[in-house]
Amino acid sequence: MSTNTAMVEKYRNNFLKEVEANVEEGEWVKMCMQCGVCAGSCPLGNAWEHPPQEIFMMIRAGKREDVLTSDSMWMCTSCYNCIVRCPRELPITHIMHGLAHYAKRLGIQPKGNPTQWFSEVFWNNMMKKGRVNELKLGLSMYFKDGFVSGIKESLKNAKLGMNMQKTKRMAPMEFFGGHGVKNPGDLQKIIKKAQELEAARIEEHGK
Amino acid sequence: MAKREYSYYPGCSSQKGASSSNMMKSVATMCEELDVQLNEIPDWNCCSASIGYGSGGELPRLVMSARNIALSEEHNPDQDIVATCAACWLSTREAAERFEDDENMFKEANEALAEAGMKLTNKTPIRHMAEVLIEDIGYEEIGKGVKKPLEGVKIAGYVGCQTNRPFGIDGESYENPMYLDGLVDALGGDSIPTYEKKVQCCGGALAFSEPEKSQEMIKGIIEAAYDNDADMIATPCPLCQANVEIYQDQINAKYGTKFDMPVVYYSQLISVAYGRNANDAALNGQIIKARKLEEIAAK
Amino acid sequence: MADEKKIGAYMCKGCGLGERLDFDNMKMIAEREGKANLVKEHDFLCSAEGVKMIQDDIDNEGVTNVAICACSRRAKTEAFNFEGVAITRGNLREGVIWVRPDTDEARETTQEMAEDYVRMACFESKFTQVPKSSEQQGRIDNVLVVGGGVTGMTAAIEIAKAGYKASIVEKSGALGGHLADAWKDIPSRSPYADPVDTGVADMIAAIEADANITVHLNSTLTKTSGAPGRFAADISTESGSTTTENFGAIVQASGYKDYDANQLPELGYGKTPDVVTQAELEKLAVEANGGPIKRPSDGKEVTSVAFVQCAGQRSDKEGHLPYCSGTCCLTSIKQAMYFKDNNSDVDTTVIYTDLRTPGAPGEDFYRSGQQKGVVFTKGEVSEVAAGSDAHSVKFKDLILNEDTEMQADLVVLATGQVPNSGPDLEMQADDKADAEEAGEEYVQEIPVDSILNLDYRQGPDMPQLVHGFTDSHFICFPYETRRTGIYTAGPVRRPMDSLQAKEDGTGAAMKAIHALEDAAQGRAAHPRSGDLSFPSFRQEGCTQCKRCTVECPFGAINEDEEGYPQFNEARCRRCGTCMGACPVRVISFENYSVDTVGQQIKNVEMPDEFDEKPRILVLACENDAYPALDMAARNGNHYSEFSRVIPVRCLGSVNTIWITDALNSGYDGIVLMGCRKDDDYQCHFVRGSRLAGIRMSKIDDTLEQLNLEPDRVATYEIAITDVDRAPALINEMAETVEKVGMNPFKF
Repeated sequence: MSTNTAMVEKYRNNFLKEVEANVEEGEWVKMCMQCGVCAGSCPLGNAWEHPPQEIFMMIRAGKREDVLTSDSMWMCTSCYNCIVRCPRELPITHIMHGLAHYAKRLGIQPKGNPTQWFSEVFWNNMMKKGRVNELKLGLSMYFKDGFVSGIKESLKNAKLGMNMQKTKRMAPMEFFGGHGVKNPGDLQKIIKKAQELEAARIEEHGK
Repeated sequence: MAKREYSYYPGCSSQKGASSSNMMKSVATMCEELDVQLNEIPDWNCCSASIGYGSGGELPRLVMSARNIALSEEHNPDQDIVATCAACWLSTREAAERFEDDENMFKEANEALAEAGMKLTNKTPIRHMAEVLIEDIGYEEIGKGVKKPLEGVKIAGYVGCQTNRPFGIDGESYENPMYLDGLVDALGGDSIPTYEKKVQCCGGALAFSEPEKSQEMIKGIIEAAYDNDADMIATPCPLCQANVEIYQDQINAKYGTKFDMPVVYYSQLISVAYGRNANDAALNGQIIKARKLEEIAAK
Repeated sequence: MADEKKIGAYMCKGCGLGERLDFDNMKMIAEREGKANLVKEHDFLCSAEGVKMIQDDIDNEGVTNVAICACSRRAKTEAFNFEGVAITRGNLREGVIWVRPDTDEARETTQEMAEDYVRMACFESKFTQVPKSSEQQGRIDNVLVVGGGVTGMTAAIEIAKAGYKASIVEKSGALGGHLADAWKDIPSRSPYADPVDTGVADMIAAIEADANITVHLNSTLTKTSGAPGRFAADISTESGSTTTENFGAIVQASGYKDYDANQLPELGYGKTPDVVTQAELEKLAVEANGGPIKRPSDGKEVTSVAFVQCAGQRSDKEGHLPYCSGTCCLTSIKQAMYFKDNNSDVDTTVIYTDLRTPGAPGEDFYRSGQQKGVVFTKGEVSEVAAGSDAHSVKFKDLILNEDTEMQADLVVLATGQVPNSGPDLEMQADDKADAEEAGEEYVQEIPVDSILNLDYRQGPDMPQLVHGFTDSHFICFPYETRRTGIYTAGPVRRPMDSLQAKEDGTGAAMKAIHALEDAAQGRAAHPRSGDLSFPSFRQEGCTQCKRCTVECPFGAINEDEEGYPQFNEARCRRCGTCMGACPVRVISFENYSVDTVGQQIKNVEMPDEFDEKPRILVLACENDAYPALDMAARNGNHYSEFSRVIPVRCLGSVNTIWITDALNSGYDGIVLMGCRKDDDYQCHFVRGSRLAGIRMSKIDDTLEQLNLEPDRVATYEIAITDVDRAPALINEMAETVEKVGMNPFKF
C-alpha cells in the first residue's frame, strides 16, 4: 500500500487532522480566521488557482485531492509577505512549503509544474557536493523538457550566460567538478539519517 | 575602533566564479575598511535555499543548516554567525529557531549529525551583515570613514523579501524598511525613501521556473526606479541583484522597454565611498555598468 | 426680587485682552447701555485677587448679578463660581480676540465685537434670576429594580453595596433569568479559554443574604407614578394582591426573550427535534451534566453538530431580526466547546458569515475554540433538511464559492435576542394620528404588555429607538433614557451577553443613585447636572395648546384637567425644548428665557445698511457647537468679525421668535448650530435638534413674509470635533450675505 493510500485510509474524513499530523507547521491551519490578507499580499496571487486562504478552507472542507494535486503552493516565491501580515500569525509560507513537500512525498504533486521539478533538480544538485553548482543547475533547467527544447532555451539564454561569464560570475569549468564540501559522503549520511527519521515519523502516522 | 570578528557564512553564490562573486569581493573590501574580520565557517554547505523544501522536506532541510551552525560552534566558538546572502541567513536562522522551539526536532537533528560525529548546541546568534553594519557599527560610524561621498548619485534602496521578512532588521518596518536609505545617506548619496518597490518580490527561485511571471515583477521594480529618477538600484540580496540585473535584456525584448539600470550591492557602495578602486569594489562584476560609481572610484 | 437686582460688570485684561481692546470704551458701554450698577476691570480677573474683588462686591455692595467679560463661559468655571448670585459671561477671549487677527486693519471691527459681547452679557444679566428650587423634592433611598436576571441582580447587589436599598420585581418565580438556564457561561477572565460556571447561584445567595435587597417574585408593576425622588409603584403578584411602595429611582432590566424559531421552518426547526436553538442546547447540556450530549430525537450521543449562525437575524426577510444580537457567535463557540471538552472527536462546525466576538474575551475565546478543533466555515445556510439519521445542512461556502452540504446529528440555530420593552409609544402615536387623519378608528395592532405601566401623560413605557430597544444613547450616555430617574440596562437597551449585562447593571445602579441624590436637592440630572433652575409658565398667557407636553423629550410635563401644563421638576432635564415650543412664549427658566437670549439679540449694535458691516447671529448649542467654536478659537481658527455667537442649551430651546426678531431688527444672516439628529442622534436631549429641524423648516414662510432670501437662515449639525468646519460655516454665511446683500430691515 502506498503512503498516499495509507493516509487516505487513516484520515478518511479528516484531512485537517492529516495535515496537522504530517505537514510542516500544519497544526496552525485550524487557526486561520479567513480574513484573506494572505491572498491579497501574495506577489504571484493571480497565479494561484487557490490562494492560501482558500487552501486553508479546502483543508477544513476535506478537499484532499484538490489541495495536494494543486499547483498553487508551488507558486510560492518564499517572499514571506503573508507571514508578516497574517493577523493570526500563521506561518503561511512554511505551511505552503509543507503542503507542497507532502504532496511530493506522496507522489501526487502536479508533475508538469516547473517549480516542483526545479526543486528536485536543486536538491539533487546540492546533495551531490553539498553546495549548489549554479552552472549545472541552470543547464538542467533548460534541458528539463528534453534535448531539443533544451538547446532552444540555451540559445535564448545564451547572451545571459555570456554576460555572466564576462563578469566572472559564471565559470564554465564548474561543469567539471566545481565547489563542494570536503567529504560529501559524510553530509549525505547526515541527510539520509534525517530523511529516515522524518519518513519514520510519517509512516507511523499512516498506521 | 576595535576589530570585530564574526563567523562568516558566504553561501553558494558567493564563491569564486559564482553569481554573486562580486558581492563576495566587495564585502571583503568593505570589511577591510570597517575593521571587521570574517572567519569563514570551514567546510560550510548549502543552506538548501528557499526551494529546498520541495524535495528536502522539513528535517533534512533544517539539518543542512544544523551542520553549518555546528561547524561554526566547533571552529569559531563564541562568534556570531554572519551571512551576506538573504536566503542563507533566513534558512540558518529559521533552523536555529525551529530547533529552539521544537525539542524533538532538535533531538533528531543531533541524531542525524551524529552520523558524521557532529553535535549542535544551537546557542549561536545568526545574523545578517546588514545587522552588523547598522547595529554593531552604526550609520554615524560608517559615515565617518567616507572619503569620497556618493554625491549626486541617486540610489533606489531595494531591500527585497528575505532580508526583510520574516525576520528583518530590528526596529525596521516590514512594509517600508529605511535602513538602506539610511546607509545611502551616510555615504553621502541621495536616497529615495519613498521608492515604492523596495520590498517587492523579484520572483526569487521562481525566476528560473516561472520566468514570465517573475520578469513581470522585475519589470515593476526597475520601472519604479526609473520613475524615481534613480541612477542605480542597490540591494543586500544576491538573488535580488541577479534577478533584477541579468534579465533586463529579456525584459526589454519582451516589453519593448529600454532598461539599462545598474543593480549594485551596498557593499560596493561602501567600498567606493571609502575610496577604494573599481576593482576592489568589484564594479567589473556588473553586467550593466554602474558608471556613476566607476566615475567616483576613478577620481 | 427684581427691584433688588444689582448688576456688577467685571472686565478682565489678562490673556492679551488688555493689549487688544479699548477697555475705557467697554466700561462706558456697560455703564451707560448695559446699565450695570458697578463696572470694574482687572488685569487678571481669575486670580485670587480678582475673584476676591468680585466676592467683596457681592458681600459688601449687594451685587446680585455678575456679568463677567473675560473668557468663554466654559473656561475658569471654578474661579468664577459665586454662590447665590446670577452669573453671565461675555466671551471676549475665545469669542473675540482669538478669532480675529491682531492687525491694525482688524482693530476697529474687533473692538466692535467686544463691545457687543459686553452689551450682551449685561442684558443677559439683567433678565437672569438666581435659580431657586421648586420645593417638589423628595428623597427615598430605595431603588426599584425591574427584572431579576443577571442585569437586575447585579444592579441590586451594587446598589446595596453602595449603602442604598434595592427592591427587585421579577415576573417569574425565580431569580437568574436566562443565565440560570445555561450550563456554563462565556469566561470573563483571562485566559478566556474555557466555559465557566455561570455564577448565578452565588448571586442569588448574595441577594438572599442582603437585608437591603427585597425580592418580589411572580410580580409585575401595575402602576408607576411620580418622579425621581418620589416614585410610587404598585407591585402586584400573580395571585392578585398589590402593595404600593415608594422609590427614589428605577432600573429597568427587563431583558429579552428568545426569537421565536418557529419562524424558521427552512432551517428545519419544528421538523425534527434535532434542530434546536442555543437556549435549547443549554438545556441538553444541563441534562448531560458534563457527560456526552444526547440528541433529542433518539437519545443518541451526538458525534457531529453544526451551528448555524445568524439564524433569523441580520436579515431583511419578513419576520427576521434585522440586527446582530452580538452574543450568538461567542455562545456557539462556548457550546461547541461543550462537545469538544467532553470528546475531541465530535465534529463541531460553526457556519458563519461574519464571526463577531465583541468584548474582552472575544478574540481569545475564538482562538481557544480553534485550538480545540472547532471548525469555522464561512458560509450561508440556505436549508436544513431533516434526515432519518443525520440531518443535512445545505450552505453556500463563501470562501470556495460553491454550494455544498454537510451532515450533522444535531443542528443548533443561533437565534437572536428580542427586547422586553413594552409597547412602542411613538409608533402607536403615529398610527393613531394616521388613523384619525383618515377618519378611521384606531386599533392597537399587536398588544404588548407594558413593563412599567407609567402613569405619565406620554404613555406607560420607555420610548424606543429602533427594533424595540429602549432609547438610550449607547455610546455617549448609556443607561440614560427619556424618562428621568428611570434607567434601562441589559438586553432591553441593546443585545448583549452576561458580561456586558453585569457592566450595564453596575452602570445603571450608579446612575439611579445619582438621580435620587440629585432629586433630593432639586438638581438636574445629566447633562445639565447640578442645574437648579426649572421651567415655569405664565398661566394667564397659556393657550393650553399642549405643545410643551407633547414635545418634551423626557415626559416631564403632565396636564391638569383644564389642559394647562404641570411641570414635574425632578423629571425635567432643563433643555428648554418646552420654551422653544411655546408659541405664546409663556415658558421660562429663571436663568434661561426668551428674554435672556432675546435681549442679547436686540441689544447688539446694528450698523447702518450702508456701513457695509453686516451682522450674523449664531445660535450655538452649548453641548457640542459652542465647545467646537471655543476649541477652534484656541487653535487660532479665525471667523467673521460680523458674527455674534450666543450659546443655547439645545437647539430645541430656540424659539422662532428669536429668528423673527433678529431678522426684523436687521441681522443679515442667522446660523443655527446643533447636534446630529435622527436615529444616530448625538443630541444630548435626544429630540431637541430634531424638533429644531422641524421648526426651522417652517422658517422659510417667515422669510417669505419679510421678503427675505431663504439663504439667510441656515441650520447645521455640528459635532464637538468640527473645529475647522464650525468657523468655516460662519464664514460661509458671511459670504452668502455678501452675495445676497444687506438686510433692509435695519433701524
